[in-house]
Amino acid sequence: MMTPARRFAYSLAGLVALAAVPTLFPGYHTSLATEMLIFAVLAMSIDILAGYAGRTPLCHGAIFGVATYVVLYYVTVEQGNPWVAVGLGILAATLTAVVFALLAIRTSGVYFLLLTLALGMVVWGVCNRWTSVTGGENGLRGTVRPEWLADQADLYYFVLAATSAAALGMWRFVNSPFGLTLRGIRESEPRMRTLGYNVPLHLFIGFVVSGFFAGVAGALYAFFNSFVSPSTVALAQSVEGLLMAIVGGVGTLFGGLVGAFLIIALENVVSSWTERWSMVLGLMFVFTMIFAPEGVLGKVRAVLGRRARPIPPRNS
Amino acid sequence: MDRRTFIKNAGVAAIASTGPWYLKSGLTQSGPIRIGLLAPLTGVVASGGREIVEGFNLYWDRNGKKAGGREVQIIVEDDASNPDTALQKARRLVEQSKAHFLIGNLLANTGLAVAEYVKGNGVPYFIPVIAADDLTQRKRIPNVIRVAGYTASQMPRPLADYSFKKKGYRKIVTISQDYTFGHEQCGGFSQVFTELGGTIVAQHWHPLNTQDFSPYLAQIQGANPDAVFAMETGADATRLIQQWANFGLKGKIPLLGAQNTSDQSVIRTLGAEAEGILSSAHFAEGTDNPVTRKFVAEYERAYSKLPSLYGFSHYSGALWLAQALEAVKGNVEDRAKFLDAVRKTELTNSPLGATVKLDAYGNPVYDISIREVQKRPDGRFWNVPVASYPQVSQFWTYKPEEYLKQPPYSRTFQGIKKA
Repeated sequence: MMTPARRFAYSLAGLVALAAVPTLFPGYHTSLATEMLIFAVLAMSIDILAGYAGRTPLCHGAIFGVATYVVLYYVTVEQGNPWVAVGLGILAATLTAVVFALLAIRTSGVYFLLLTLALGMVVWGVCNRWTSVTGGENGLRGTVRPEWLADQADLYYFVLAATSAAALGMWRFVNSPFGLTLRGIRESEPRMRTLGYNVPLHLFIGFVVSGFFAGVAGALYAFFNSFVSPSTVALAQSVEGLLMAIVGGVGTLFGGLVGAFLIIALENVVSSWTERWSMVLGLMFVFTMIFAPEGVLGKVRAVLGRRARPIPPRNS
Repeated sequence: MDRRTFIKNAGVAAIASTGPWYLKSGLTQSGPIRIGLLAPLTGVVASGGREIVEGFNLYWDRNGKKAGGREVQIIVEDDASNPDTALQKARRLVEQSKAHFLIGNLLANTGLAVAEYVKGNGVPYFIPVIAADDLTQRKRIPNVIRVAGYTASQMPRPLADYSFKKKGYRKIVTISQDYTFGHEQCGGFSQVFTELGGTIVAQHWHPLNTQDFSPYLAQIQGANPDAVFAMETGADATRLIQQWANFGLKGKIPLLGAQNTSDQSVIRTLGAEAEGILSSAHFAEGTDNPVTRKFVAEYERAYSKLPSLYGFSHYSGALWLAQALEAVKGNVEDRAKFLDAVRKTELTNSPLGATVKLDAYGNPVYDISIREVQKRPDGRFWNVPVASYPQVSQFWTYKPEEYLKQPPYSRTFQGIKKA
């Protein structure tokens, strides 16, 4: 583990670098960076389950999208206050996660994957068909963010602050004693049970917390995008979030940040060169899995760790 | 970014911000006109998306990439048939590529997403294919103009009139994809048909990308209507027409279609199954109008296929914009003037062979043909006009103010008049 001083220095350096984005890259790149930060929160929330609890979910796009839908609905249709809308959006996402968790936590492995996939599809189906509320295929549109966030740079700083707070929260969560029990469940469920832990309850709480943060990301996305349609809750969204977590490195938490940056940047760079950009992305995933199955951040840590300490102490 | 480029960029930024006195007049009129073209090159409607690019480019390739005395630069972005991607690409075109205006998109949801974005920043956005009624009716956005486009409910109304009066149909079943574009086309058809005294026996709504139509076809057979109105796009249209023939309904029950159901993009992959489908549209590739003939021949020469609605609409869109750009002498920087010129443009050289202009709500008024799918001597199928309805606007025969008081068409509101 890193010393607290070094960790603090790294985080500070990262924050300073991120804070400089609107000054160094104004315009489109700032909005791209905003999107990256939002998806980083989603990827990190997925990592809580995929990386720490050892349960790979395919429903977080849906949980994320529920928050986006609720925020947009409350502001554009009900003419409500945006901050109340954010609260309601996150609450709705958390409640969705509660329902999903109740149904899914008793399964593991590929069954967990499929069950969460099905639950996500239910949300997609509802958003697609419940035209009177969700606008169906056309979705909901309208500016939700308050006046003082209208400027791109201001929105970026706001999202950066929210992302930092969410990241800190998630980091505290996975490194808390409770987070350790999640890791214990990942390593060996029977052993944790024998030790007297209530495994389903722990997984349930882990799932709900992860859903809460996916909801935070979804609410931010409503501010950013001013638009939501069924494609936001579609399976592709869940998969993309999961891929971000995997490319960055599962079980590293901040890998989500790296993954989101890499994928969104690549999507934008490659798609301006060729219309076969999805193929390039696919190849990148394949190579990541072959050469760095632990993800980019995992690989970097492994390389750095090897250089700094030739013989890793077992009991650190 | 390394230190040197940072200093360079900072220097440029500093000069740009401190030197408006000589840059301002120089920048506004210099450089090419940058057009951002959004088209779904991947995803479910990718084939239509390619035809958007082909149609749009055909004009500029033939007439030189110049308009109003300035070079024209076309930047194509793929919206992936996805509204979130469309939005991202629109941002990129405007904020990074500095496009002066946007044009394109195919699916209504992608168009509506982009429309919401340009509503905030005033960038002109032109929609030759996005047919969502309310963009030129209840929710108009000043900088979103439907050049060479149409509203969904505008097109099927003449067909309803024709089926009732000329064909003598009284009982009709509609089958449609379950989304706004379908709701609006069926609404337009059903309202006119029932107001004339006809009956809509049943309406079937199926999800997009339906593989198997047999449950619907069985019900249609059971209802025994005089005709069926089908509103399908893309692969759904192909499948419905094929299964319609396989089920033995072809020849028994007449099939009427929305213009996209028997669009060239659909029937070019089909054979005799499509023959005889009636639809109504402003464009019919099988017309004997010499101006349209010439366009169809040129398109066929360039891409070795007959033009579809998408290619035709974006070719006309390019014509329209070029004419407006001439009118403002290439000064697209003055958005208000440019938009005004676009609205006032009367398209005299349209491949339709008739002048096209916008109504007071920003939607084109067309002579609409009733078209029948027929076989060409070379074995290909195309839409041949059999009757014509002159000067049909998006309001049909209704008074605009009164029409706009009724709710927009939806699954639950189809404008059906109870007998």
